[in-house]
Amino acid sequence: MNTTETGAVETARPKAPLIYNPKVRGIAYQAALCALVAFLVWSAIDNAAENLARAKIATGFDFWNHTAGFDISQTPIEYSATSTYGRAFWVGLINTLLVAGIGIVLATVLGFIIGIARLSKNWLVARMAGFYVEIIRNLPLLLQLLFWYNAVLKALPSVRESLAIPGGGFLNNRGLFLPKPDFLPGSSAALIALALGIVAAIAFRIWARRRQYRTGQQAPVFWVTFGLVVGLPLIVLALSGFPIRFIYPESGRFNIRGGIEVLPEFMALLFGLVIYTAAFIAEVVRAGILSVVKGQTEAAYSLGLRPGPALRLVVVPQAMRVIVPPLTSQYLNLTKNSSLAVAIGYPDLVQIFAGTVLNQTGQAVEVIVITMAVYLTISLVTSGLMNIYNRSVALVER
Amino acid sequence: MKNVVIRIVLATALGVAAQAASAQTLGTVKSRGALNCGSNGSLAGFGLPDSQGRWTGLDVDFCKALAAAIFNDPGKVKFVPLTAKDRFTALQSGEVDLLARNTTWTSSRDTTLGLNFTGVNYYDGQGFMVRKALKVNSALELNDAAVCVQQGTTTELNLADYFRANKMKLKTVTFATSTEALKAYDAGRCDAYTTDASGLAGERLRLANTGDHVILPEIISKEPLGPAVRHGDDQWFDIVRWTHFAMVNAEELGITKANVDDQMKSENPDVKRLLGTEGKHGEALGLSNDWAYRIIKHVGNYGEVFEQNVGQGSQLKIARGLNALWSKGGLQFAPPVR
Repeated sequence: MNTTETGAVETARPKAPLIYNPKVRGIAYQAALCALVAFLVWSAIDNAAENLARAKIATGFDFWNHTAGFDISQTPIEYSATSTYGRAFWVGLINTLLVAGIGIVLATVLGFIIGIARLSKNWLVARMAGFYVEIIRNLPLLLQLLFWYNAVLKALPSVRESLAIPGGGFLNNRGLFLPKPDFLPGSSAALIALALGIVAAIAFRIWARRRQYRTGQQAPVFWVTFGLVVGLPLIVLALSGFPIRFIYPESGRFNIRGGIEVLPEFMALLFGLVIYTAAFIAEVVRAGILSVVKGQTEAAYSLGLRPGPALRLVVVPQAMRVIVPPLTSQYLNLTKNSSLAVAIGYPDLVQIFAGTVLNQTGQAVEVIVITMAVYLTISLVTSGLMNIYNRSVALVER
Repeated sequence: MKNVVIRIVLATALGVAAQAASAQTLGTVKSRGALNCGSNGSLAGFGLPDSQGRWTGLDVDFCKALAAAIFNDPGKVKFVPLTAKDRFTALQSGEVDLLARNTTWTSSRDTTLGLNFTGVNYYDGQGFMVRKALKVNSALELNDAAVCVQQGTTTELNLADYFRANKMKLKTVTFATSTEALKAYDAGRCDAYTTDASGLAGERLRLANTGDHVILPEIISKEPLGPAVRHGDDQWFDIVRWTHFAMVNAEELGITKANVDDQMKSENPDVKRLLGTEGKHGEALGLSNDWAYRIIKHVGNYGEVFEQNVGQGSQLKIARGLNALWSKGGLQFAPPVR
C-alpha cells in the first residue's frame, strides 16, 4: 500500500528541473556571492601588489628587523635608537595598553561615583554631577586633550622651579618624578609575606562569608584584609631591617634624572581619557540603577539596610546586568580614543608605528594592516573578557 | 580579466591610483586643469598661506613655475597641505602630482619609498634653537637636554645620531606637526627645538619673544631639500627636474621677470635655446617651446624667487650661502639646455 501510494505521488508531481528547486537556488546564489567577494578581495590584493611593484615601492615585512634610528620618550621596555622597528612596535603597543588599562580602571571608578552622585538626594551633589556629565560629554575629546596638555604645561612650574614632593619627588612641566624602590637581596621575605597575606585574606573572606550565611554575624573583613596585605609585609620588612633602597630623582643641568618618570603627555592623555569616558560611564550607571524597580530599594530599607549597604548589596548587583554591555562599549571607546595621543606627543602605537615607522619605511599597506589588526585584537579580547563577566552577573533563569 | 571598472573601484578603495602610477601624469594634470602640489602649510619662506589664503614660499613658487610651464598660468595649482608624516603616502597614492615640501633627499626615500627626487632647490642643514637664559653656546653642551622635534623627518633621525655619536644623553619629545612641537618648546616642555636651519629662522619669528631664543652655530647634517615625484613616469620626472634647471639657468644668463620680454630678442644662443626662440627643447619635454619663458615671466628666475621668499626681500633674511650659483661660490648648478 505504502509503496504504491508514494509511487503514485511521485508520478503525480512532475520532476522539477534543478534550477527551480528553491534550496538549490539559494545555495547557488550564496556560492556566487562568495565567489564574487573572493574575486574582489583577490583582485584588490593583486592590483595593489602590481601597483606597488610598478612604483618600485618596497613590500613585505623585512622592515621589521631593520634599525629604527629614532628615539622614543617613554620606553617601558629596553629601547634605543639602534633597536629595530619591531622593537619600536612593542614599545608603542605597551604604551597604548598602559594608558588604556589605567584609564579603564580610573574611568570606571570615577564614572560610578558620578553616576551614583547624579541620583543623590542632595540637590547640590546631583546638580554638580549633572553639570559635569553635560559639559564633558558634549565637548570633542581632541579639544579636551589639547586643553589638558596645555593646562599641564602651563600650570606646572619649570624645571628650575620644580615643586618638591615630600619624600623626595619633584613635579614640574617635564613630568612627575618619584623615588624608585630598588629591592635589595633579603627583601624576598617581605614579598613572600605579601603573597601569604593575600592568600590568608582571601581565605578569611570566604570563611567570614560562610559564617555570615550560617549565623548572620559579620566579621571586620576590611580591617583584617588590610592588616594581612599591608601590615604583615611591613612587619616582616621591619624585622629584616628594611632591605629596600630608594633611587631618588636628581636635578641635572637641564632635567631631572633617575627615579620613576611620569611624562606630562601621559598625564594629560590619561586625564583627558578618564574624565571624558567617566561622563559616559556615569550615564550608563545611572541608567542601570534606574532600571532596578523602586520596590527593590524599598524592600531593602524595610529589611533595615541603610542606604549604603542597600545600594551595594541590592541595587548595584541587579543594575550590573544593564550596565555591563554598554560599559564594554565605553572600554572599547577609551582604548581606541587613546590613539588621539598623536596630537599631544604621547608615544602610543599610532604615533610610533603608524606614524614614524610608516613614514620611514613608506610601507603604508603593511603598517596600517598590522595597526588595525592590533586594535581589533585588543577590542575583541576586551569584549571577550567583558562577556565572560557579563555571564556571571546576568540573570540566571531556572 | 581586469576590466576598467573593477580597477577604478579597487584602486580608489586601496588608495593606490593605478593609472597615476604609470607614465600619465602630464596628461592627468592637463585634463584635470590644475596641478596638485603637496606643500607645507605652516613654514614661513617655503609654504604658508597668508591671511587672504594666498600661498607664498620657495616651494610654492616652484609649483607655480611648473603650472606656468604647463598651463601658462601660475594660478592653476591646488596646494595640498601635508604633514611631514603623511607626505610620502600622499605622493605614493597619487593624491598629489609632486611633493614640493622642503623634503630631504635621502637614499631610502629615493629607493624603497618609490620616489624620485628631481633636484635640490634648497641646500640646508639641521640646527638647534635654545633659550638665551640657558647660556648654552654649542650643541655639544646639550647633554641631558629635552629636545622637541617633528615626527617623520630626517631631523628626528639626525638628532638621535648626533647625540649617540657625541655620547650625550637625550630626551626627545616627538610631535606630529612642527606647530605642536614649537608650541611645546615655547611652553617650556623642552630645552631645545631642532629642525632645518632655514626652518629655525622662520619658526623663531613665530615665538612669543623672538629675542629670548638663539640659534646655535652647529649644523649637524646635510639636508638637500628638493621636489619629488613617483617612480615610473620619466616624462614627468624630466619636466619637474627641468623646471628647476630653467630657473637656475635663467639666473645665470641674467634673465629676469622684468627683462624676459627684451631677452626674447637676444642673439645669445644660450638665451635663445632656453626661451624657445631657437630649437624645440620644450616640445621634447612634452610642453610648448616657450615653457621657460612662461616660468620666468610668471614666477621669475631662481635668484628672484629665493630673495623674495627667504632672502633679503623676506622677513627671514637668509644669505644665499650654499644656494648661490656655482659661479658665485654656491652649489646651484644647472645643466645646459641644448
